[in-house]
Amino acid sequence: MAHLNTARTLTLEAFADTIIPGEKRFDDDVAIAGAAPGPGAVAAGAMELLQTPATGVTAGLEHLADALNGHAQAYATELGITLRQPVPPFVELSFADRTALVQRLLTPGHPEKEGWVLLALFSNMAYDSAAHMHTTDAIAAGHPGLLAMGFSKPDVDGLWRFREHSYGRPLARRHPDTTPSGSPA
Amino acid sequence: MIESTDVLVIGSGFGGAITAYHLAAGGANVVVLERGPWLAGADFEHDYLLGSSYTRVFDFVAGDGMSVLSGNCVGGGSVVYFAALPRAPRFVFERQGSIGRRMWPASISRETLDPWYDRVSESLQVEQQTWDDVSYAGGLWAAACDHAGRTANPVPVGIDRAKCTNCNWMMAGCRFDAKRSLLFNYLPAALSHGAQIRPLHEVQRISRTDTGYRVHYNLVDEEDYRIHHGGGEIDAAIVVLAAGAGATPVILQRSAEQLGPMPDAVGRYFSGNGERLNTAVVNEQRVREVLGLSRGDGLAYEANQIGKGPMVANWDRLDGSLPEYSRFSLEQLYFPPGLGTILAQAADATGPTWFGVDKKEMLARWKSWLIIFQMTEDDNEGVFGPPPPTGNAYRISQQMLGRGSLRYDPTPNTLRGWAEADAEVKDILERDGLAKVTPWTNDVVGAYTVHPLASCRIGDDPKTSALDDRHELRGHPGIFVTDGSAVPGALTVNPALTISALAERAIPGIVAAARERGVNVEYDGTLPVSSTKTGALS
Ligand SMILES: Cc1cc2nc3c(=O)[nH]c(=O)nc-3n(C[C@H](O)[C@H](O)[C@H](O)COP(=O)(O)OP(=O)(O)OC[C@H]3O[C@@H](n4cnc5c(N)ncnc54)[C@H](O)[C@@H]3O)c2cc1C
Repeated sequence: MAHLNTARTLTLEAFADTIIPGEKRFDDDVAIAGAAPGPGAVAAGAMELLQTPATGVTAGLEHLADALNGHAQAYATELGITLRQPVPPFVELSFADRTALVQRLLTPGHPEKEGWVLLALFSNMAYDSAAHMHTTDAIAAGHPGLLAMGFSKPDVDGLWRFREHSYGRPLARRHPDTTPSGSPA
Repeated sequence: MIESTDVLVIGSGFGGAITAYHLAAGGANVVVLERGPWLAGADFEHDYLLGSSYTRVFDFVAGDGMSVLSGNCVGGGSVVYFAALPRAPRFVFERQGSIGRRMWPASISRETLDPWYDRVSESLQVEQQTWDDVSYAGGLWAAACDHAGRTANPVPVGIDRAKCTNCNWMMAGCRFDAKRSLLFNYLPAALSHGAQIRPLHEVQRISRTDTGYRVHYNLVDEEDYRIHHGGGEIDAAIVVLAAGAGATPVILQRSAEQLGPMPDAVGRYFSGNGERLNTAVVNEQRVREVLGLSRGDGLAYEANQIGKGPMVANWDRLDGSLPEYSRFSLEQLYFPPGLGTILAQAADATGPTWFGVDKKEMLARWKSWLIIFQMTEDDNEGVFGPPPPTGNAYRISQQMLGRGSLRYDPTPNTLRGWAEADAEVKDILERDGLAKVTPWTNDVVGAYTVHPLASCRIGDDPKTSALDDRHELRGHPGIFVTDGSAVPGALTVNPALTISALAERAIPGIVAAARERGVNVEYDGTLPVSSTKTGALS
């Protein structure tokens, strides 16, 4: 895993938490805003996934974290928000302001949009696919995203099979012009 | 000395496999170069971990206004696809699209293509499903259509239904050998006739020799596709491009420097098959009350995860008497988490729709999602920019994700078709409080297609078609294109059977061209004997 300093880690955690928000891990958790109940992208492993070189974003993380703080500083100045805390500017923003800023960065036409889309994509995938883990391990470990979505458990051999899969009865009339091969005419 | 062969095929999807089989069966020496790995059976994992079969066999190229998903392995799209195999409706062949005249060659209509559809349907073993095969999700879509006074059809499929476990891992390759991909028919038959298939060989460009063509490739690292290990060249009398509609035009663009100017239509007229997706979040109680559906275990639905891709389609709007751009099909399907969730938008969100608090709540109801896939008529508005240094994208991730040069700016016609399809889905699924429906956002990676078409198309008009009606590249005799890029435009249904029928139809012409160049090959029209019973290709 690539090494990120604390400030950059907090910044990227705060970004991932804006994509899929979650509850704070501990009382004075500054990265996670606590905007939604239950674990979010960070608890689901966003930092592990972003620091997996196979993603192709790992080498750019330091730059993205610094750029995000640059944008946060400019955003704060624009809105007359005074930043005082000893934490990075993006982390100091409220959840509403983080969201508003991230929305701007992800808007079609923003010159840096592609980088932010990648960051958003992998933050999301940490939560809804656990792409940094074997899916069977993720399920066994109670991965919070897959659990929240209700992703079912595999059979003992680690493969999924659904024996019950059909209502088993006709539920609509066929299109009158269907050909004998089952295609549209 | 440079290696040489009679026929060099680029890509091993539908267009490549069908050509490779017939040319090899007819006696030609055939080499197939495929950029992706060669996987089969137990290699196909149920795993979202980066580096598993799911990311190895899949290709996602983000463009400007359009992202293209396709296969990246021996067997191409047939390995990752959902195997829904309908024929295109009659009116599709009469379309004019953006050019003010019939876009298909005069020699092709549904009647003239039907015999070729018959042949590929036999080879791919297309079957009709019964209502017992239809998944809960397909059943729900059917019942909702029926409730709204519409019809709904179980779609014909290339799946061995007895082997299918409804695991919905089709996009990672079928672990249970139930999907009748090209690994079970055309490709093993081609091998048995002596064709060679070389995985991890990515073709970059074509140049000319005194007697034919030279194909230049790089060797791709088996784990990190961003890394290449040198390359080589092969000479051939005939070159068949079948790299898929997202890749074939790029190889030709890169070859123009040495081959000479390309027809204007190379890399233009790209169609995403008018594709668009909607996600419905279903109200379980209303499904029970209004539609009377019950799984028998206390649940009405909650079955998004269960099934085999698309099961049931609504074809009421495949009506040739409607104006162009108002005709479409609506097909229930399953997309896995990640690719299938990121673009879904939360209904009635107060903040952002595709991320944030409301989206997280929507994800919590994932079991009650129903995805509807719309195939409309678009306007062939996609254009490829200058090619990247290698392949068809700057690869970002080790596998799967890259950035390509396709630009797609939907015209008012395309937008109208999407809007009409959205309205139809809403009318069916929001009736009586059954569900809340939203379209996928186009703001993140543009529109999204798994059906790239038409970027190097057949036609009668040299100005708007890159290929003649025999699939030969205009101005470059001996180069043929048999993949989805040859299809003139959106089909309003899933395209693989049409791509395959066109490839079958092109074979006699390719055989004749090979014979003219002194290749000892014949066309006898035999079809591959299915190897489903004898086991998979490996
Ligand atoms: C998730 C998904 C589901 C789908 N479901 C359906 C469905 O249910 N029904 C349907 O009809 N269609 C479906 N499709 C679409 C279908 O798979 C494609 O239309 C079809 O595979 C296209 O065939 P083709 O011959 O044009 O190219 P492909 O099948 O894409 O084959 C092209 C091959 O060329 C290789 N290649 C690319 N560039 C190079 C290069 N430079 N050198 C060497 N090799 C190269 C690729 O790796 C690939 O193997 C689906 C597609 C996806 C992605």
